[in-house]
Amino acid sequence: MSPATSPANYRRQRRERSPLELALGVGLIFGVIAVYIAVVGILPLIEARWIVVGVVSLGDAALITIALGAGATVAWRRASQGFLPLALPSLVAGGIAGLLLALLAVAMQFLELRQIFISLSPALLGTLTFGLDVPLGPAILVGAGAAIGLLGAALTLAPSAIRRPVIVGLAFVLVFGVFQELIQIMMQFGELVGDLREALYTWEGLSPEGAAVIFVVAAGGAALWTTTLRRRVETLFARLTPSQQGYARAAKVILGVLLLVLFPVVAGSYIGQVMMLVGLYILMGMGLNLEVGLAGLLDLGFVAFFAVGAYVTALLTADSPHALASYTALPSLSYWAAMPIAVLCSIIVGVLFGIPVLGVRGDYLAVATMGLGEIVRVIVQSDMAAPLLGGAQGILQIPKPRIGGFELADPVDLFYLTLAASAVAAYFAWRLENSRLGRAWMAVRDDEDVAQALGINLVKVKLLAYGLGAAFAGLAGSIFAVMLTSIYPSSFQLLISINVLALIIVGGMGSLPGVAVGAVALIGLPELLREFGEFRFLFYGAALIIMMRIKPEGLWPSATRRRELRAAAGEEIVDEAPTEAAFAGTSSSVAPGARP
Amino acid sequence: MSRFTFVDVVLWGLRIGVVIVVVGGTVGTLIKGRYGAAQWFDFLVFGITIGSVYALVALGYTMVYGVLRLINFAHGDIMMTGAFSGYFVASHFAETGLLDRNPVIAMAGILAVAVLTSTSIAVLTERLAYRPFRHVRGLAPLICAIGVSFFLEQTFRGSFGSGIRAYPDPQWQKEVISAFGFGVPLVEALVVAAAFVSMLVLYLIVQRTRMGTAMRAVSEDTDAAALMGIDVNKVVVFTFALGGAMAGIAGVCYAFVFKQVYFFMGFTPGIKAFGAAVLGGIGSVPGAMLGGLFLGIVESVGPALFLDGIGIPAPYQLRDLIAFTLLIMVLIFRPHGILGERMAKKRA
Repeated sequence: MSPATSPANYRRQRRERSPLELALGVGLIFGVIAVYIAVVGILPLIEARWIVVGVVSLGDAALITIALGAGATVAWRRASQGFLPLALPSLVAGGIAGLLLALLAVAMQFLELRQIFISLSPALLGTLTFGLDVPLGPAILVGAGAAIGLLGAALTLAPSAIRRPVIVGLAFVLVFGVFQELIQIMMQFGELVGDLREALYTWEGLSPEGAAVIFVVAAGGAALWTTTLRRRVETLFARLTPSQQGYARAAKVILGVLLLVLFPVVAGSYIGQVMMLVGLYILMGMGLNLEVGLAGLLDLGFVAFFAVGAYVTALLTADSPHALASYTALPSLSYWAAMPIAVLCSIIVGVLFGIPVLGVRGDYLAVATMGLGEIVRVIVQSDMAAPLLGGAQGILQIPKPRIGGFELADPVDLFYLTLAASAVAAYFAWRLENSRLGRAWMAVRDDEDVAQALGINLVKVKLLAYGLGAAFAGLAGSIFAVMLTSIYPSSFQLLISINVLALIIVGGMGSLPGVAVGAVALIGLPELLREFGEFRFLFYGAALIIMMRIKPEGLWPSATRRRELRAAAGEEIVDEAPTEAAFAGTSSSVAPGARP
Repeated sequence: MSRFTFVDVVLWGLRIGVVIVVVGGTVGTLIKGRYGAAQWFDFLVFGITIGSVYALVALGYTMVYGVLRLINFAHGDIMMTGAFSGYFVASHFAETGLLDRNPVIAMAGILAVAVLTSTSIAVLTERLAYRPFRHVRGLAPLICAIGVSFFLEQTFRGSFGSGIRAYPDPQWQKEVISAFGFGVPLVEALVVAAAFVSMLVLYLIVQRTRMGTAMRAVSEDTDAAALMGIDVNKVVVFTFALGGAMAGIAGVCYAFVFKQVYFFMGFTPGIKAFGAAVLGGIGSVPGAMLGGLFLGIVESVGPALFLDGIGIPAPYQLRDLIAFTLLIMVLIFRPHGILGERMAKKRA
């Protein structure tokens, strides 16, 4: 049927754009991205971090990636046409991306942009124009963009035997270059390793020779793996008996866990600190996952439970005038006695928090819980509660936990505490997910009314979701308090709720491994790239939008979710006609006068 | 059949608690007699001022919700973009002296730039972030809107810095109009006037123009409207543009009242304005206006009237508490608001 005869299909059938038109659009998009990261201040920031000392900085790498991406996108979208017809379009795509950036550079040269956009410094202009003057510098930028765009297209269309080793090699150089500080710390043990470190690194970072060595080794390894090694391992594995295969898999898991446990010991206390923070967010993520992922209750006031855990721990153990021990008959408790009480208090607060919003659903629930969370913060911060909770000055001198005579003072020690807590919590979360209660939660998530009709006690089930979710956050808060040894109301911003929400969405709602993946990606990575810290929330925002648009099931979706999505493939766009009709009779108008 | 459960006990406790605080506080404050008539008048005027700003922002929430059934979480940040772009124009005018020499032209310029910015950003967010979710139900659109909110805030933080910037404070704005012993600062009078004029214009657009009629039709029944030949996409874009324009005006007004801009400034007023929209009945234009004014007045008078009387120290720190409590009470007990019909509960 031709489009003209079928008006229903008319708008869906789009004329395939010619490669050149496509290149124009793609180039514009990538150019806008490049200009955006320059204007918003990411580019100047990462320009300062070398990947290979004196050769390529992270900022250069970002710009190169953008131009490569422009060419690669064009090639990928029209892959069937072969390389030669796509050479010009990919040149154009990369060139346009470069052109937009060049225009920014020209504008920076002639206008006083810096008075408004604080990041557009002369130093950035120097980088963009290679230190040259106007006609030449921007022209080189455009040319470089075009050339790299062509390279991107060539790389995309190259056979995978070439493409994969190159990409793996570059990725290894990137990782070894960007995380050089951490890797250098890790390579301090042993003479042989120390010599290797000196060969690869200067004190500033990866040396050009080192980068070349890493590239060759990684690319060679990748080539070897794809050509021969992989098949050999697979045949070896296939020759094992099923029980042996099981052992092999278990060995893999045990090896992974061992690496995880031993890693911070090797990597030092900074990594320990980061891993511990990731662990805390995993704990909170698992809690929110019960509420949002399983029960479908979008809770933006989650930070309140975290705060309760932290404050109860502080009040019970701290050596300060605000501690309960200093003005009541209660003894000052040890951490191990205070932690269960903190968790219990969080559960109680979670249930109390849940009661008022029992009847509120969907979008309204998100706003209502956010309001509740903010109320908790405002009260804690106010002078009204200051005699009890310390007001804005917070509670100081919370002792570190002790086991016998040993004090868990080092971040690495506290990491083990977090790891143990996470392991226990993960076990509970996993058992809950597959329990009768977990199935009830999922029923409520999918359709509250049907769930109720099937005999699920909504009040009980929802309050359990709030209470148990709060327990995880309370545990995390309790560890957080001893980690910092002092707590302030400003630590319990709404941002934490959003962080936790972002990580379970990126990881995959309702999926336990997804929580870990999300926490590593959203908490661990920005923490390691320290200068990124201030742009973390920009990435969270972008991640939420992009994940919702491209991969709403998350990076590591839960098995059920994956099955649902596969079953519903193509039906994801819900036909809204019947539901619209269902509430047309009750819907309110923009203006009441509209009703006949 | 209807048992009196634990949940009911808590909910009734909540109701009674709020009533006790309100009544007890009011009586206590009035007996103490700490504030004179002039002070109450000041509170009231400030409440009306800030309330009319909330009303402008609430209009954006309510109209978008009307046509799309989407809470545009980023709407407060769209207000921030207006305030920010207005700031650059205003400080430029303050430098050249135009703001003092010719306030009318200067203010018109500031408002024009602010409205243009926030309108275009509102339309852009619709096109890039919300349109793909037009027919998706569930949490995805709201989560995407939260992402948009963060993205806008952080983009402004990165581009223009994280510090608080002081808005220009021209001399003429500090004048006070006084009559019968009561004084009203000129800024507040101007803000109220600007807000009411914009609301009147908006009301006329919604009620009298073809586009406004189409908007009402779409919010009544999207599919039927589409079948009647209304281009729904166009209506949605128009709605976002209208909401964005109101947010731009609100941003400039807000900034001139509080004399400062920073990237996070849109968040709290945004949430409160959403509360105002729900309070008035989400989807209803006059409701949003009423709700905004009501919220502004309660928030401004409340700390002195309710909290001072029961002996709470530094009650002004708890201003947001009053606003959020009001928001939650409305969401729990009357989700369809004052003027709205019984739809919110069904849908939400």
